[in-house]
Amino acid sequence: MTDTQNVVVMKGISKSFPGVVALENVDFVLRRGEIHALMGENGAGKSTLIKVLTGVEQPDKGTIELNGKLVQVRSPQHSQELGISTVYQEVNLCTNISVAENIMLGHEPHRLGSIDWRKMNELANKAINRLGINIDVSHPLGNYSVAIQQMVAITRALEVLSAKVLIFDEPTSSLDIHETNLLFDVMRKLKSEGIGIVFITHFLDQVYQVANRITVLRNGKLVGTFDAASLPRVELVAKMLGRSLTELDAISKVKSPEGEKKEKDHLVNVSGLGLKGSLEPVDLELYAHEILGIAGLLGSGRTEMAGLIFGIDSPDSGSLTVSGKKVGHFSPLESLKRGIALCPEDRKAEGVVGDLTIRENIILALQARYGWFKFMSRQKQDEIAEKYIKLLGIVTPSSDQLVKNLSGGNQQKVILARWLATNPKVLILDEPTRGIDVGAKTEIQKLVLELAEEGKSCVFISSEMDEVLRISDRIAVMRDRKKVAEYPGNVDGKTLIHTMAGES
Amino acid sequence: MKQSFLRKIRDSRLFWPLTAWIIILVFDAIVEPSFFKLGIMQDPVYGAHLYGNLIDIFNNGAPLMLAAIGMTLVIATGGVDLSVGAVIAISAAMGAVLINPALGNQLISNAILTKDATNTPLPIIILADLAAGTLCGLWNGILVSRARIQPMVATLILMVAGRGIAQLITNGQIMTIYYTPYYWFGNGYILGLPVSIYIVAVVLLFGWVLVRKTAIGLFIESVGINAKSTYYSGINEQNVKLLAYMFCGFCGAIAGLILSSYVHSADGNNNGLNYELDAILSVVMGGTLMTGGRFSLVASAIGAVVIWTFTVTVYSLGVPANALLAAKAVLVLLVILLYSDYTRRLMNRLFERRGPQHGTAN
Repeated sequence: MTDTQNVVVMKGISKSFPGVVALENVDFVLRRGEIHALMGENGAGKSTLIKVLTGVEQPDKGTIELNGKLVQVRSPQHSQELGISTVYQEVNLCTNISVAENIMLGHEPHRLGSIDWRKMNELANKAINRLGINIDVSHPLGNYSVAIQQMVAITRALEVLSAKVLIFDEPTSSLDIHETNLLFDVMRKLKSEGIGIVFITHFLDQVYQVANRITVLRNGKLVGTFDAASLPRVELVAKMLGRSLTELDAISKVKSPEGEKKEKDHLVNVSGLGLKGSLEPVDLELYAHEILGIAGLLGSGRTEMAGLIFGIDSPDSGSLTVSGKKVGHFSPLESLKRGIALCPEDRKAEGVVGDLTIRENIILALQARYGWFKFMSRQKQDEIAEKYIKLLGIVTPSSDQLVKNLSGGNQQKVILARWLATNPKVLILDEPTRGIDVGAKTEIQKLVLELAEEGKSCVFISSEMDEVLRISDRIAVMRDRKKVAEYPGNVDGKTLIHTMAGES
Repeated sequence: MKQSFLRKIRDSRLFWPLTAWIIILVFDAIVEPSFFKLGIMQDPVYGAHLYGNLIDIFNNGAPLMLAAIGMTLVIATGGVDLSVGAVIAISAAMGAVLINPALGNQLISNAILTKDATNTPLPIIILADLAAGTLCGLWNGILVSRARIQPMVATLILMVAGRGIAQLITNGQIMTIYYTPYYWFGNGYILGLPVSIYIVAVVLLFGWVLVRKTAIGLFIESVGINAKSTYYSGINEQNVKLLAYMFCGFCGAIAGLILSSYVHSADGNNNGLNYELDAILSVVMGGTLMTGGRFSLVASAIGAVVIWTFTVTVYSLGVPANALLAAKAVLVLLVILLYSDYTRRLMNRLFERRGPQHGTAN
C-alpha cells in the first residue's frame, strides 16, 4: 500500500468547545475510490470531524494531509478549492433558477460578453448525464425532487469544483427507496472513478449496501476503522453504543407474541376521514393498550392522516369519534384537551422551539391546556421538567439548556416529554426515530412499548419496516394517500413490503 | 459549567443598552459637565419640582419608552408595527376633539373654543384615547394573524391611513387644547418628578405582570421562535399575535395622550412622527431580535432612554435640529456595529483571554 492510495489523512485531530471535548486525538484515512462510512451515535463527533475537514472549524491539534501534502483548511470555500465537497440532506442550491445555472454558477461559459446559454445548457446536460440522469437542465431546480436536486449538487461538485473527495451527510433521509438506490448507483459509479466518498447515515442497511470501510466514533474518540465485509452488524451496533447487546435484544422480548392482550378499550373511531388532495377517506380504530403501526413510503398519506386526527387540518369528509364523542372542531388545542397528542414528523420545524429551554419546551403543551392565565409556578415547571428528564433519560446538564443545543434523539425525547406531561390517551408518533442514533432509537421504541403497556393507545408511524414490525400489535399500510390494508402485528415483512409497494 | 461573574453580566439583557447609555453619559460628563446639573424649580401650577437634562430625558422620552414597550411584544412575535406613530396621532386627535368644549355645540365662537373647560369628563377622554389605540392594534392584529398579511405590509396600511384618520377626527385642523387638567399628564409633577415617569413605570409594571406572571410571555417568545411548533403544541398562535398588536396599540395610545398633553395640541401630521422607527431602534437596542423570540420590556425602555439621551446630547452640543437625523443615523450605525456577531465575538474573546488565566494560575 503506497501513500498515494490515500486521498485524505487526518491525524490526531482534537477539537474542544467550551465545556465539551468534541474530538480527541482522532485519526481518519480516506482512500481513493472507496465509500467510507462514518458511524457513531449523536454527539460522537462525526459532524465535528466533517466540519474540521471542510474548514468550518479549525482543529485545536492534529494535521490534515490531502494527496500526501500537508494542508490547512481555512474555510469551507477553501476546502472546495482543495477538492472537498459536501452533499447535504437538504440541498443548499437555488431552487428558483435552472438546473444548468445551478451546476455552472460562477463558471458560466461566456460569448461576446454575455452568458452563452446554449453552451451552458449543453455543458450542464453532459455533466449530469455522466451520472446517468436525464432531465431538462433548463427547467428551474425547484421543479425536481430532492433526489434530483442532490444529483445536481453532486454534478456541480464534480464538474465545476472538480472534487476529489465527496462527503454525503445523511443524503438519504428524505429519499424513498427508489431514489436511494439511484443515489447509491451514482455513488458506486463515482467510487469506480476514483473519488473518495465519506458517507454519514443512520441507516445500518445502507452502510452495508454501499460502504467498503467503516470508521466508528464514540464520545469524540476513535473506536476503530473496519472493513465492512468483516464487521457483523451487531458488532457495529455494539461498537457504536459501547454497551452490551442485551439491551437491544430486550426490545424483541418485551413484545413477544403473547397473543391477544387484555380487554381493549375502544378509544378512537376514524370513519371515512379525508381531505381532498391530501388524504382519501380512511377508516381506523384505536384501542388502549395497543400500538398501531403505520407502514408506508414517503408521501403515502401517513403524515396527512396523523395531521387530520390531531386537528392540524380540518377534514372535509368523514368523522372522528374520541371516547364516544364526535369531534366537531378540529385544532391542536382541542385535540390536546381530548387527550390526543402528536409528535410531528419534522422535529425541527414542527416540534421543538429551539431557542426556548428544555423546561419551557416540556411544559409548553401542558401550559397550553391550562391557558394564558393559569401560569405554572417556576417550581412546578422545574418539577415537571426534572421528572421527564429523568424518566426519558434526556442527557443534559440542566433543564435550562436551550433545546437547539441538544442532539436529535434528546430533542425527540423533549417533544415526547411535552406530550407525556399532558397525560394523553392517544399518542401519535410520526417518525419518532428518524435521524437519531441507535441508542436513543432503542430507548424510544422501548418507551412506546411501555406506554402501551400502561394503557395508552400509540400510533407508530415509521418508514423503517423493521421497527414497525417489531413493536406493533396491528399494522396499517398506507399507499398513495389511502389506507390499503391492515394486518395483525405478526405479519411477515415480505407481505408488508409488497403491500407498501403495491405489488400483489 | 460555572459561568464567570463577568460573563453573567454580559449575558444579561440589560448589559448592552446600559453600556450604550453609560457611554453617552460619560461623553456628556467630559464634553459638558453642566449636563448633569439638577435644580429645583417653582412652578405656579405644579409646585416645586426638579429640572435639568436628566429630568427632560425621562419626561420627553416617556412617549418613546411607551411605544418601545408596546413594540417589544410585537417584534417578539416575529412581527413589526409601523403604525405606532399614526396611532399616537389618532389618540392625540381623539383627546383633543373630546376635550373641545365646542363638541356637539351649535354655536361656535372663539370664546368657547379657548375656554379652559370641557363637556366630557376626563376619565371618558382617557378611556376613549386608550380604546382608539387598542382598536387600532386590534385591526393590525387581525390583518396579521387572521388575514395572514405580512406584518410590515399590514401595519403599513394604518401607518399611512392613520394620519388621515387623525385629521378626519380633528376636521383637518391642528387643534389646540386649552383644558388645564389634561396638561397634567405631560407637564405635571408628583413628588418633584414628572408624571410621565410614573405612567411609564405603571405601564412597565403592568406589562411585566402581563407577560411574566401569566403564560403570555412564554407563548409570545415561543411564537416568535417557531410559530409552527407552537401551534402544534396546542397554543392558539393567532390570538397570541393579536394580543401583542393590541398591547402595542394600547401603549401607543398612552404615548399619544402624554404627547398631546405636553404640547397642548393635536396635530394629525406631526404627532408621533417617526416614532415607529425610533421604537424599533429602541427594541433592537434592548437586545430583542427582529426575527422574534426572547425579549425584555425593561431593556427596550432603556433603549428608548438611550435614544433620548443621545438626542438631548446632540442638542446641547449645539447641533441644529435639522441635523439631528444625520446624527441619529450615526447612532444607528454604531448600534448595528456594536450588536453585530462580529463585535460580540471580539468582546467575548477580549474578556475570555483574561478569564482562564485566573483559573489555571500555572
